[in-house]
Amino acid sequence: MVAVRPLNRSPPIRPDPEEPAQESDPNMNAERIPTPKNRSLQTLKTVLAAATLATLAACSSTGSTSGDGSSGSGGSGTGAYGASAGGQYGSGGAYGSGGPAGGYVGGPGATQEQRVVYFDYDSADIRADSRPIIQAHAQYLQQTPGSVAILEGHADERGSREYNIALGERRSVAVRRAMEALGVQPNQMRTVSYGEERPAVGGHDESAYAQNRRVEIAY
Amino acid sequence: MLKTLPTRARAFAALLLTLAAVTTARAELTIEIVKGVEGALPIAIAPFGGNAGLPADIAAIITADLKRSGRFSPLASSQYADRPTELSQVNYASFRSIGVPHLAVGQVRAGGAGYAVQFQLADVYQGSQLLGSSFDVRSGDLRRVAHHIADLIYEKLTGEKGAFNTRIAYVTARGTSSYTLVVADSDGYNPQVVLRSPLPVMSPAWSPDGSKLAYVSFENRAAQIVVQNVFTGARQTISASPGINGAPAWSPDGSQLAFTLSKDGNPEIYRYDLASRQTQRLTSTSAIDTEATWSPDGGSIVFTSDRGGGPQLYRMPASGGGAERLTFSGDYNSRPTFSPDGKSIAYVTRSGGRFHIAVMDASGRNTRLLTDGGMDESPSFAPNGGMILYATQQGGRGVLAAVSTDGRVRQTLLSTDGEVREPAWSPYGR
Repeated sequence: MVAVRPLNRSPPIRPDPEEPAQESDPNMNAERIPTPKNRSLQTLKTVLAAATLATLAACSSTGSTSGDGSSGSGGSGTGAYGASAGGQYGSGGAYGSGGPAGGYVGGPGATQEQRVVYFDYDSADIRADSRPIIQAHAQYLQQTPGSVAILEGHADERGSREYNIALGERRSVAVRRAMEALGVQPNQMRTVSYGEERPAVGGHDESAYAQNRRVEIAY
Repeated sequence: MLKTLPTRARAFAALLLTLAAVTTARAELTIEIVKGVEGALPIAIAPFGGNAGLPADIAAIITADLKRSGRFSPLASSQYADRPTELSQVNYASFRSIGVPHLAVGQVRAGGAGYAVQFQLADVYQGSQLLGSSFDVRSGDLRRVAHHIADLIYEKLTGEKGAFNTRIAYVTARGTSSYTLVVADSDGYNPQVVLRSPLPVMSPAWSPDGSKLAYVSFENRAAQIVVQNVFTGARQTISASPGINGAPAWSPDGSQLAFTLSKDGNPEIYRYDLASRQTQRLTSTSAIDTEATWSPDGGSIVFTSDRGGGPQLYRMPASGGGAERLTFSGDYNSRPTFSPDGKSIAYVTRSGGRFHIAVMDASGRNTRLLTDGGMDESPSFAPNGGMILYATQQGGRGVLAAVSTDGRVRQTLLSTDGEVREPAWSPYGR
């Protein structure tokens, strides 16, 4: 998954008549690609299963791609999803158990809009417009006891990077607590904070910042 | 994660391409003087004899190094007609007439497996030699010997050790699917990728002997702290606890790391002994505690905490215990780093919604703003303490910049591709 390359090592520079030290470096110019970290067959199966579900979900919800660009309004839109979601995304029938009110789909089949929880500046408080998203995923997790959600916390780019890692984690922990309050088992959730390292959009204005302050629910 | 399979396939394809390309090292960063300084010392570095056609222009490298330090204002070679390559050929009257107090001359000859490089430094007014050395170097080391000569000149004329023959590490990002950890010469040339990952890499920190980098990698979709020997590529995972594994900082003797974990509920600072692999928790608050930096005497750790509401800097004994607040002005002070002599601390401060690099005495007094970029972060001292490398934005893109510790000289290191961030200036090494 990662590629490691050793640095060319040069002998120290010393004036004559001292002989330059001859440090031999057997790895010089050698490419050393480590064995991929144990990514178990189980994980691969999960990924494949997720991809299959996603395909199903995509097939059953025409127009889901039209929402990709709508993240441009992320952060402010109360009800932006709620108004159209019912018709657009169906009722979560892909899981056969009846989706939560408003047509939000939880689990790996959720569209991008249905898996992102946005936050106000300098805040880890769950906004009202995010509750249906969290409820949908909580319902999926309770109905699918073997599944594990990864709650990926993010911050906007302002401020120092490691402090932003801590802010992103606060947000992922806030989502985890909200899920726990809805009855999700703690061992069905894992948090990771990417801070400002993986922005959803690359701009440097408030609109971009609003879209980057988020928790993405992944599986 | 739906994107996993195609992302990985793309990353693998990119990997194959970049491994082929990485051997052709080229300059990715160039220097641009943003703000000059009065009182810089004129000096002439005459073009080295025998240098034409060689892969590196020794006099030009020395000239750029000295200029970048802000302490010198080197003459362009077009400002004088003489081309001496050793002091016996120098017409001192000619150099006195253009008012340059010091002159360096030299020559390079192919010899054996590499080159023989000679140089001399003269006091123009005394007509006397101040320094003289010759070096036999491998063919790939012409730039390094030039940096070494610049260090010798810098030390002779300023009385302070030079830091040109050192390295910098930094992180690059292309979009959100390709991250690299790069080690380059102090002037940005000779960049070498030491790690490439499709997931973020952050917070590189040099071991005190300059042989290892500690950093944070998200390669398994979870944070882990890794120590990598840059010369062998050997990697060791130091910490992979649930939640945050971040902000590694070496103890001055290289035997321990301080870092941030959130496994016990919220971000706290821990210290880890590399030999015994024992971890000890140092902070215990319900707030964020992170971004530790170890004082050079090993006695204390300064860190960022929002225990008072917003992020501020605190100091505690390196064994943990009561912390004392250091910063009181402004509502955002973070990412501290100690100067090599332990007398001052550079950090990030917010003022009017903009982020700048500031420096203060280790006591927390005598705060000075050094930069005015607005998105400045990740300060890192040169090992001689003379300059601070930091990250900023230019045209909406992440670039590296450097500022003299007195704030008088700044320059931007332009990068030709990708976002560049989180510079870490290497120690002198052993």
